[in-house]
Amino acid sequence: MRQSRFVRNIWLGIENLLLHKLRSFLTMLGVVFGVGSVVAMLSVGEGASKEALEQIRKLGSNNIIITSVKSADDEAASTTHSHMSIYGLTYEDQLRVEETFNTIRETAPVKLIRKEARLGERSMELRVVGTTPQWFDLVQRPIIAGRVLNEADNQEQSPVAVLTEFGARKILATKNTIGQSLRIGGDYFEIVGIIKSESGEAGNIQIPDQQVDVYISLQLAKKYFGDVFYKQTSGTRTLEMVELHQIIVQVDDTDHVESTAAGLEKMLSKFHKKKDYIVSVPLALLRQAEATKRTFNIVLGSIAGISLLVGGIGIMNIMLASVTERTREIGIRRAIGAQRKQIITQFLIETVVLSTIGGLVGVGIGVLIPVLITAVSGMPTVITLTSILLPLIISAGIGILFGLYPAARAAKVDPIIALRHE
Amino acid sequence: MIEQSETHSSEDMVRLEDAHKIYQMGTEQVNALAGVTVSFKRGSFWAIMGPSGSGKSTMMNILGCLDRLSKGRYFLEGDDVSTLNDNSLSELRLRRLGFIFQSFNLIQQLSVQRNIELPLYYLGWEADKSAKRAKELAEQVGLESRLNHKPTELSGGQMQRVAIARALANDPNIIFADEPTGNLDSTTGEQILQMLIDLNRLGKTIIMVTHEPYIAKHAQYQLHMKDGLIDRIDGGGDETK
Ligand SMILES: Nc1ncnc2c1ncn2[C@@H]1O[C@H](COP(=O)(O)OP(=O)(O)OP(=O)(O)O)[C@@H](O)[C@H]1O
Ligand SMILES: [Mg+2]
Repeated sequence: MRQSRFVRNIWLGIENLLLHKLRSFLTMLGVVFGVGSVVAMLSVGEGASKEALEQIRKLGSNNIIITSVKSADDEAASTTHSHMSIYGLTYEDQLRVEETFNTIRETAPVKLIRKEARLGERSMELRVVGTTPQWFDLVQRPIIAGRVLNEADNQEQSPVAVLTEFGARKILATKNTIGQSLRIGGDYFEIVGIIKSESGEAGNIQIPDQQVDVYISLQLAKKYFGDVFYKQTSGTRTLEMVELHQIIVQVDDTDHVESTAAGLEKMLSKFHKKKDYIVSVPLALLRQAEATKRTFNIVLGSIAGISLLVGGIGIMNIMLASVTERTREIGIRRAIGAQRKQIITQFLIETVVLSTIGGLVGVGIGVLIPVLITAVSGMPTVITLTSILLPLIISAGIGILFGLYPAARAAKVDPIIALRHE
Repeated sequence: MIEQSETHSSEDMVRLEDAHKIYQMGTEQVNALAGVTVSFKRGSFWAIMGPSGSGKSTMMNILGCLDRLSKGRYFLEGDDVSTLNDNSLSELRLRRLGFIFQSFNLIQQLSVQRNIELPLYYLGWEADKSAKRAKELAEQVGLESRLNHKPTELSGGQMQRVAIARALANDPNIIFADEPTGNLDSTTGEQILQMLIDLNRLGKTIIMVTHEPYIAKHAQYQLHMKDGLIDRIDGGGDETK
């Protein structure tokens, strides 16, 4: 019965508010916009952090990626003279990296080669990566079919190949193609598996497997294809010699990632005369994304907070006016036998109903805004249950907070004076 | 906090003993009630008269538990209510007293039915039960066809009848009426008076303030006040002190 009395009180509150539709509507506008902006803000912030986390997951949060680059002066030289440029990471670098740091758990080398490949009738240029089985530990991707490279392949230098999803699509390989021969350049490899691959960029770091069609063992890549490549740049063919295009390093603990990256920079600079490598830290991106999100949340949070405050003050203002206007009604209710606390309840229910309905409308608007943002700017947004419930609870809380003072004023009305009041 | 007075008689509906109400007006004190002792017997019908400012409304507010005495004691059906707090006084008004005012004091925004139901709402009655009771009361005052009207759509006499129905909702033993006919023409006023007479016949104690002798003469007793004191009491079989 208490329950139904509560519901009845709410209905009476709504009825009373409906007596002044326009006023009630204007009163709740502040809360509508306040809550709307909170919901929108939370979903934008949530979207940004989810995207950042997703990128870090693809890159590996404990990984450091060292990439070979042509140093700037080399780049300038190659456009004028036709000569062979030698740059980048070496096989020796990988060994040194692995031996020097005890915070490093594993490393995986990447040697990237573009080769014409053929499977059955189908012939395509594929991006071939020579690596070791460690790669598959460091860049964890689900296996679609078959298996990945293992230690035995490495030691026996077995001519086996693992296709990525991209590669399989290009060369028209399927589950049924496993076991068949793939010709890469002039050599034959047995297809042993297909794995999922990720694409995308996080900051200036590329997802390591986004440019890969097929994996083979580094030993074989070295043996069959060597270290010298022709590179086609704006019509001129240049010769380049690169031993390793990338070294992926996995650190044992997230706390050691940044110090290890600094150590790597220092060590590599000793052995490389030119800066022909870049050390990138996915974790730094996460930090950056978090910092951005924090700033974002503070700025938007204070805007939303201010608008909620303004909304609350608006409600209080109108409710105070309403108490004055309804002095006589309050007096009548008190004369008939209503207790002070019942008057307080009546006014509190009205403000809470106002602010909660305002909150609901605000949530509606707040859900639309992120959808529009995503549609217009492509910025990811995520609407979570918390981002809806939290503002609703806050708006009800605002109703209580800003309703208390007017309600207390209402309860103080002296029935005798109120009844004399015209 | 219920005490029995030595002078209390079980026949007394309400009794005031040396009742004082003092208002502080700046440095001056106004003795709105200057030591009134009076008993109103169960089932009696009183007209309170006297010049403006003589303390009639002040006494009614005290008797109706809307206000508290500055000094003295007030017994309601034998219970000393002079020291009760605000909540307990509200409770008394809600459960045991009925009020009728000169200016009707209906809530403008609520329908006739809602106005009559108001005490029942605070008494915690369920919606359908109180709706039924409101209809019965409206019938009793001849307004069953006006249940869904707003007070502004009614005549003065009709509004006062709604107020009577509302005062009867909690089935009180006593009804206080402060100039109930003051805002009505004489014909309508007499109709309202007739309703009060009928209620008195049903056993309810009625205490009514009025300026009109032709209204007052229908009451069993006429109590005349002057300067916060009882000037004289006419009618009845005397022995009212
Ligand atoms: N709240 C108050 N503050 C100060 N003085 C008051 C207050 N209420 C009443 N009084 C004074 O108390 C005295 C009695 O007032 P009361 O209202 O009881 O008179 P009344 O007999 O009802 O007069 P009327 O016939 O005009 O209604 C008056 O002098 C009045 O000015
Ligand atoms: Mg008066």
